[in-house]
Amino acid sequence: MHSLKVIWAIFVKDIKVEWRSRETLASMSLFGLLIVFLFNFGFEPAREETLRLLPGLLWIAFAFTGILGFNRSFAGERENQCLEGLSLAPVDPGAIYLGKVLANLFFLIVAEAVIVFATSLWYNFSFLPSLSWFSCVLFLGTLGYVAIGTIFAAVAANTRMREVMLPVLQFPVAVPVFVGAIEATNGALKGDAPGDYASWVKLLAGFSVVFLVLSFLLFEYVLEE
Amino acid sequence: MIQKIFHPTVHLVVTLVWMVVALFMIFLYAPQELMMGEVQRIFYIHLPSAWTAFVAYLVIFLGSVGYLWKRSQEADEWAQAAGEVGFVFCSCVLVTGPLWAKPVWGIWWTWDARLTSTFVLWLLFVSYSMLRSYLVNPARAASLAAVVGVIGFVDVPIVYMSIRWWRTQHPQPVIFGGEGSGLDPRMWATVLVSFGAFFCLFLYLFRQRIWLLRAERELSALRRRLPSRPSKEWSD
Repeated sequence: MHSLKVIWAIFVKDIKVEWRSRETLASMSLFGLLIVFLFNFGFEPAREETLRLLPGLLWIAFAFTGILGFNRSFAGERENQCLEGLSLAPVDPGAIYLGKVLANLFFLIVAEAVIVFATSLWYNFSFLPSLSWFSCVLFLGTLGYVAIGTIFAAVAANTRMREVMLPVLQFPVAVPVFVGAIEATNGALKGDAPGDYASWVKLLAGFSVVFLVLSFLLFEYVLEE
Repeated sequence: MIQKIFHPTVHLVVTLVWMVVALFMIFLYAPQELMMGEVQRIFYIHLPSAWTAFVAYLVIFLGSVGYLWKRSQEADEWAQAAGEVGFVFCSCVLVTGPLWAKPVWGIWWTWDARLTSTFVLWLLFVSYSMLRSYLVNPARAASLAAVVGVIGFVDVPIVYMSIRWWRTQHPQPVIFGGEGSGLDPRMWATVLVSFGAFFCLFLYLFRQRIWLLRAERELSALRRRLPSRPSKEWSD
């Protein structure tokens, strides 16, 4: 039970910090909106093309928005040696990782909701008919992406030029998330039977489980001094 | 470990002789392929470099696990050296691949499972070595790089499976494939000799890189023993 308390404490701490500054969520959402906005100039999608472009567009926006959030989640910990404080705490380092994952997941999903809402308006596309399956795919894809992003952000926090280092580490490893999430989102938005894209959903779930467990075990080595 | 087996110069000479033998076999001994003609001979460079790159990736993984488990500095050196040398061989795969694909498939590149996975592997080599050079605190570099090495290694099969479901154009494995696949015995011999030459070159570069890493470490240890500001002594 102790670990659950630690996870919750880290999550609540990150939410509190965010509530006081409101910088991360605002910048993530705005950045995501700008990507969707710029895409409009790149493709000028006609109505019938929208459905074909939308999954890729959304996930590219989520990918860059996520990077922004992950970088900030550990950049803040470096000030006043907070990271050293965390690593000295007599708790399971894996629990600290899961608390961070939970906070990053929360921020990214809120930013994604803003991006999806704006996309729906700007591209005249209704997500309502497929909302339940679309949200499920969105959640699983985001979970896998955050699982990797959180541990890599902690690694990248120890480097020079960490803003560059994080995407360089993150994007190649997250390829299965992009492939699976874009295919499954495509299926969900087209209104296909869930069985048709179930294998992609399973891939996303499997990816999340594998990397949550692996990072949980490895996080100890990231924090150590 | 390899350092003790035989002298680097002997190793270099063996590698060079072996490479000449491999070249002879590639261009004169191996029969011409029926459909693709002479251009198929790039296969004897392409496949051995791919195998060598996979070996290098395995060494990164084993070195990373070895470091995290036993805190062995040697394991860390192995992982770092394999990362940089593996990058060279993986680049060789990505250069010879399009050169072969253009005359045979009519295109330089296609986003098929094997090509995309190899490209992801190359990106992992790049990001691993880049991380090494950007880490601020050298004392922590080994653990952080090892964590990334382990995650990347676990990721490669998932990348491969996910992209294979997505699309496939690269020929099915000719060598260990199903019925109707297989190589002429002389082609077999050539590819194995060529792999031997590549592997020998890999080991040579690998041991030289480890030797260089140790020399760098020794140098920085000696530097630390020097007085920090020699000019101060003069002013006394």
